[in-house]
Amino acid sequence: MMLNEGFISSSSSLVDRPVTFEKVPIPSKACRDRLVRTPTVIAMAGLPARGKTYISRKLARYLHWIGIKTKVFNVGEYRRAVKIHADKNFFDPDNAEAVAVLNQCAQKALEDACTFLSEGGEVAIFDATNITYERRQAIYAYCTQTYCFRVFFVESICDSSEIIEANIKEVKLKSPDYQDVTQEEAVADFLLRIEQYEKRYESIDDKNDEKQFSFIKIFNCGERFLVHKIGGHIQSRVVYFLMNIHVTPRTIYLTRHGESELNVQQRIGGDSPLSLNGRMYADALAEYVANENIPDLIVWTSQMQRTIQTAAKINAPKEQWKALNEINAGICEGLTYLEIAHRYPEEFAARDQTKYHYRYPGGESYQDLVARLEPVIMELERAENVLVVCHQAVARCILAYFLNKDAVDLPYTKVPLHTVIKLTPMAYGCLMECIPLGTEAVNTHRERPKNCRSDRTISEALNDFLEDHVGPNKIRTKSEIVYDSAGTKIETIDIDGNPVSDYCREPNDQNYI
Amino acid sequence: MTDSLLPTPNSINQSKLSDMEKSEKMENKLDTKGREEPKTGRLVDAKQRRKKMHQAKALNNNIHAWRNDHSIVNRRNPGVFKQMSQACRDRLVQTPTVIMMVGLPARGKTYMARKLARYLHWIGIKTKVFNVGDYRRDAVKVYTGNEFFNPDNTEAVAIRNLCAQNALEDMCNYLQNQGEVAIFDATNTTRERRRTIYNYCTEVCCFRVFFVESICNSPEVIQANIREVKLKSPDYKNVSEEEAVEDFLLRIELYVKQYEPIDDKITEKHYSFIKIYNCGERFLVHKIRGTIQSRVVYFLMNMHVLQRTIYLTRHGESEMNVQQRIGGDSPLSPAGITYTEALAQYIANENIKDLIVWTSARQQAICTAAKINAPTEPLKALNGINPGMFEGLTYREVAERYPEEFAARDRSKYYYRYPGGESYHDLVARLEPVIMELERAENLLVICHQAVARCILAYFLDKDPEHLPYIKVPLHTVIKLTPMAYGCMMESIPLSVEAVNTHRSKPKNCDPHRPVAEALNEFLEVRSETKTGPTTIQIIYQNAGTAIETTDAYGNRIQRRDSIIGDVSPNNSFPLSYDSII
Repeated sequence: MMLNEGFISSSSSLVDRPVTFEKVPIPSKACRDRLVRTPTVIAMAGLPARGKTYISRKLARYLHWIGIKTKVFNVGEYRRAVKIHADKNFFDPDNAEAVAVLNQCAQKALEDACTFLSEGGEVAIFDATNITYERRQAIYAYCTQTYCFRVFFVESICDSSEIIEANIKEVKLKSPDYQDVTQEEAVADFLLRIEQYEKRYESIDDKNDEKQFSFIKIFNCGERFLVHKIGGHIQSRVVYFLMNIHVTPRTIYLTRHGESELNVQQRIGGDSPLSLNGRMYADALAEYVANENIPDLIVWTSQMQRTIQTAAKINAPKEQWKALNEINAGICEGLTYLEIAHRYPEEFAARDQTKYHYRYPGGESYQDLVARLEPVIMELERAENVLVVCHQAVARCILAYFLNKDAVDLPYTKVPLHTVIKLTPMAYGCLMECIPLGTEAVNTHRERPKNCRSDRTISEALNDFLEDHVGPNKIRTKSEIVYDSAGTKIETIDIDGNPVSDYCREPNDQNYI
Repeated sequence: MTDSLLPTPNSINQSKLSDMEKSEKMENKLDTKGREEPKTGRLVDAKQRRKKMHQAKALNNNIHAWRNDHSIVNRRNPGVFKQMSQACRDRLVQTPTVIMMVGLPARGKTYMARKLARYLHWIGIKTKVFNVGDYRRDAVKVYTGNEFFNPDNTEAVAIRNLCAQNALEDMCNYLQNQGEVAIFDATNTTRERRRTIYNYCTEVCCFRVFFVESICNSPEVIQANIREVKLKSPDYKNVSEEEAVEDFLLRIELYVKQYEPIDDKITEKHYSFIKIYNCGERFLVHKIRGTIQSRVVYFLMNMHVLQRTIYLTRHGESEMNVQQRIGGDSPLSPAGITYTEALAQYIANENIKDLIVWTSARQQAICTAAKINAPTEPLKALNGINPGMFEGLTYREVAERYPEEFAARDRSKYYYRYPGGESYHDLVARLEPVIMELERAENLLVICHQAVARCILAYFLDKDPEHLPYIKVPLHTVIKLTPMAYGCMMESIPLSVEAVNTHRSKPKNCDPHRPVAEALNEFLEVRSETKTGPTTIQIIYQNAGTAIETTDAYGNRIQRRDSIIGDVSPNNSFPLSYDSII
């Protein structure tokens, strides 16, 4: 994570020169344990429908957001590649043929995970049931002895039948295994499948056989945790995150402040009050929130007056976060893009080249912002219904967490003014609705120009930004975001059900980001 | 770090009030900055006009003016909290937290409390420890033996309860005024006691409470703890060792009689708590609430009590050091190369078990480690501070070309961010994972750069931001840190290889129009490092602050000016005379 990326050269003269150092001989086992950068295999453990896949995908998304190379390896998907429809008999431990197939799939997934780690990955999440001691011992031995990785087990234990039923209904019935089966049949079949697993289930034994393992046991979706022999700071970061997630249904509303006076002048930064349009938006927002009738809503604003004014009319407790303040544009604060292009053509070009890592002289980069926003994301995970009133760059970073965007796309996420983004987390995904509220506003989104060299002309640098002064006609859209092991799939439709391409990288590709 | 990022509660508005008028009044009271919506009335008009003028001025002259406006401070208004429902307070982020230690004596409660306070202080959260034992020692000057702790001794029980009550009141006072976290360091072994404190803190003061229970059954750990810490306590000043151990064991016995561990199943299952088994082998975490609590858990999980030594050194003198230029990634100078040999020799002589070497990813650090026979890891997080556009300039050039920047840096060196580069404040955020790994690590040699070494040392010396950037870390000196109970032994060993001086103390004159010579503050006159003998510094983390004493190789106390602390007063909150107590 941060251990390896704190030093990003900005526009300054600093160029990373190749580092010359000798290869250190492969250290001994005991010594490897003490190294910081040993990759980690996170192996899930637990019966089916205990939220293992939910946890692993969410964890992968968080680690990806803070900049750790992470991938999920789901054994279920490997199995489906071999045998698409599997009923409960397939999971019977006495069915020798099926056991062989399952073991083979698990082995393949584990090998892929280790290959990923040896090729530069930092964390691999091995998403399988791993319910027997023997199986866990095999994984541990394979990862630590063949590959010298760290292994961390995450066991999810849940004895509340409501949670399990809810999980089955919400997730498992949509699985390809039950494509052509009625709901009751599917539930019955799945419960039998769980029973097959229960026959063999051995919880991680923290007293005798498995006390050398590093693990966390999660009881009833986060009510209680047992953490044992944690090794390495990635593991403690994982524990830190797992302790903050919950499964209570809730909705997150995200909006930028109303149009400010500096927005109208097309200037960036500053701490200006709202424009007339902005004040109308504040009214519209308060009315919208009142109509939504959200129980126990909390409003978070930044400490800048435009967000405070935007939230002023909402009837809910408000908190000001300094962390939500807009990106500090340093010497460019208060300038228009045109002025920046005139005065600092090199800086402007450098920003277009790597917008995520570019740090404004005397200011911040998007990367700084992500680090600053980490506590906000943690609190967002903890929070229930919340309305976040923030700024363009901040909203982009927060949205990137939900949309699982990478560093290249993050600074170009579209977050228009006067639009409420409603995020409803679901199993394995998130539902995102963009609701433009009446009032007009200027456009503040500037696409990445084709030409990022510092000798480009000013009109090339501005990239049509000045032409569409008024924001485009906004439409209400609905996106379904699904976190898959392979990546994140985003499907956006407008109110009539036609596909829209706002939040995807390419208009017509597979919508995989 | 986190302190500045958390929201300020003074602006929390009240939703639950049905009466609109009341809520408006509330808003006015809360809004210290006067940022409410425009209102009619002459007075308000004048205020508006003034505000507009102020804004116009701010826009024309300095767009950054508002950032320097410190009128938003974390001033708490307990009234606001009181009027909210418990559920509503729970959902707020900035509710202050009481961390309550639970456990028998000699279970490392004080050790954890002080270490935790130091960590939270380093990342920028206002934290204070309230140790009931200190209150008791204050109330009863002479310790009369374990009989004092007998639960049947009503007189003593009354005194002890009074002390706990005083500590509790002081603590709530602290949190209501400026603190964010208070650590209540007492045994709190009975359910009744925990319930009283919990109710007081949550209902009267509206804070969050988080229990940290330390459970330890290994007699060796307890014995070691008693010998190392308790015997040095003022209670056992004139008592022989055996007697003291015996008395203390009896004291523990008295507590065992009443001890009820936190019951996670029935009566106490609504508490947030962490149980730590055998000094960090296992943890049970229950119903955690809020960022600060999960941050605390994150830290506690990385702590261990094994004996180890951390060696910290800067890279050998580089060619850019010789030219007095800042920043960079340059090869070592001839003196620097000599230092790599001296360092390898020194490390070989120390004969350290299972040593790991961390270097930064810059070539001067990697080259410095090259001759050491131990596994080496280059970590980018240890790279020197990024001086942005001043990369490769000398101080003189900076002073001549950018006098304003140079003066701004002198005025607030910790927060000053080099244009296009980093500030010390950024550095602390970047180094947090390193500190976590440092806490986990055993024997370790860290080869880094001046600013990074200062930040790491500040963690061990418990320095505040004002003093952090002036800590003296000369070139060609190994700093050996040996963590002890409640403190740390720091030896600085100059290896006899000459090097240039790279430390520039804070100038008296921080005006942008000062002459260059004044700005440089004799920096150029001291060409090479003055030779000093090895020194030993004892650092003790106390509840009131951190005490530091420096001695030379012969055990004589020496002037601070020559010590590693640099030329600022070494203590954060201690009066100077306090030094002699240690």
